[in-house]
Amino acid sequence: MKSGSNLERILESGQFAVTAEAGPPKGTSSKVVQRKGELLKFCCDALNVTDNQTAIVRMSSLSGCVLLKELGVEPILQMVVRDRNRLALQSDILGAAALGIGNMLCLSGDHQKFGNHPTAKGVYDIDSIQFIRMVKEMRDEHKFLNGEEISGDVPLFIGAAANPFADPFEFRVTRLAKKIRAGADFIQTQGIFDMSKFAEWMKGVRDRGLHKKTYILAGLIPIKSVGMARYMRNNVSGLDVPQDVVDRMANSKDPKAEGVKICLETIEQLKEIEGIQGIHIMAVAWEDIVPRLVAQAGLMPRPIV
Amino acid sequence: MITVEQKKIEEINTMTKDYSCLLVLGCEMCAAISFAGGKRQVAELAAAIRLSRKGSGEEGEVFEESVARQCEPEFIDLVKDKVADCDAVLSLACGAGVQLMAERFSDKVLLPGCNTTFLGVTEELGVWSERCVGCGSCVLDKTAGLCPIARCSKQLLNGPCGGSMKGKCEISKDVDCVWQLIIDRLSRVNQLDKLEEIFPVKDWTPAGHGGPRKLVREDLKS
Ligand code: SF4
Repeated sequence: MKSGSNLERILESGQFAVTAEAGPPKGTSSKVVQRKGELLKFCCDALNVTDNQTAIVRMSSLSGCVLLKELGVEPILQMVVRDRNRLALQSDILGAAALGIGNMLCLSGDHQKFGNHPTAKGVYDIDSIQFIRMVKEMRDEHKFLNGEEISGDVPLFIGAAANPFADPFEFRVTRLAKKIRAGADFIQTQGIFDMSKFAEWMKGVRDRGLHKKTYILAGLIPIKSVGMARYMRNNVSGLDVPQDVVDRMANSKDPKAEGVKICLETIEQLKEIEGIQGIHIMAVAWEDIVPRLVAQAGLMPRPIV
Repeated sequence: MITVEQKKIEEINTMTKDYSCLLVLGCEMCAAISFAGGKRQVAELAAAIRLSRKGSGEEGEVFEESVARQCEPEFIDLVKDKVADCDAVLSLACGAGVQLMAERFSDKVLLPGCNTTFLGVTEELGVWSERCVGCGSCVLDKTAGLCPIARCSKQLLNGPCGGSMKGKCEISKDVDCVWQLIIDRLSRVNQLDKLEEIFPVKDWTPAGHGGPRKLVREDLKS
């Protein structure tokens, strides 16, 4: 066991995992995090706490994780290299370990230009792959990036992101391989709308045997309205929303129900793909739908291991 | 080359208005190639300042001069008399030139007429773009001759992030994703295997994060 977290135990036992996102508020209310925690507690194995998502300042991911933990909900600490250099990253990791956080997700982060402080100086001291390797060495070798000894254990189950829909497509499997070599124990992918492209990427993943070296959780973004579908299609970097998904949403009398249907269909297809060990639901501003989605996908109750 | 861009006339007027005798000093190297600090731009800017001064009823004279390179002591020494005669110097050199002038003429007011933009190339007449950040330890052998430190919006060293789409960077459809360009080039020279290597964390000390940089060549010192 790397950290012995619930997420790790479920994946290790070969069961299909479910994670979701619980974004902290643009303010100081602990209740916002607690409400999401209570809502998602029974339908997810762990919850990602985002780190200044889309470069918008929010309550820190680490505090969000602590609030969830107090409720008995297992958090996944997201961290981006946009806002912290190697000193700050390592010190927060020590803190996370001290606070008993067992999972993390190492990311580059959306460029600061997208957020609410577009004139900020980006840090980018190390990149996401170097970050993953740094955490792995902290955990396995008890070593800081400079080689000095860490006192105490750093039991973290290390996650990374993968976007099969970004370009150049041929590089996307290589990038996954690099992240695994760097130390990624699990992967959460970008939201999937184009199943054939995803399946093609997964074939490349299996051809290199990568699905046996990491746990892949497929990303889902439930769509609420045609406006949201269009917005994501045109404005969200790294997302690929095909026209037929937009059309389905546009032609539906009940867009929310259609959004749920699209999501459930995707989950059914994902279950059939060899190498997929779970799903990760990113229901930004629509967390309420997650329990229903998980239940209707036949993934309830969540396993206890 | 170092590219520079002339500041807006309003900013220049505000900066210079207290100095009745002003020397506009051009630089015939990079600033001239940038069409911002050559003889012609010196003349045009001096004329514009005179016109503004006339419009607002201000007194004073604006002189014009130019040197080969404001970043070398021997060249700036050639204008020391002109500098002595004025109240302030508006330098149209890059930041390095402005500072060497300030060091050399320690009791003179030195003002920057340009913004120093980047180390770049001329793409076509009137278009320049960044190529180098002077990080002090070149990686171009590993990245097909294209620099991810200068040209990737996140300075990534291990390949394109998840925001790279159709050859463009996630920050704008007008910005090329340099990692796409690197991969295209590696593919043409049959070196795609270079992408498999994990590039270690970078030492940023020679990039300026170890304090101000200095280069000393003992063999050249007299
Ligand atoms: S899209 Fe390309 S250039 Fe832009 S940040 Fe990502 S890797 Fe760098």
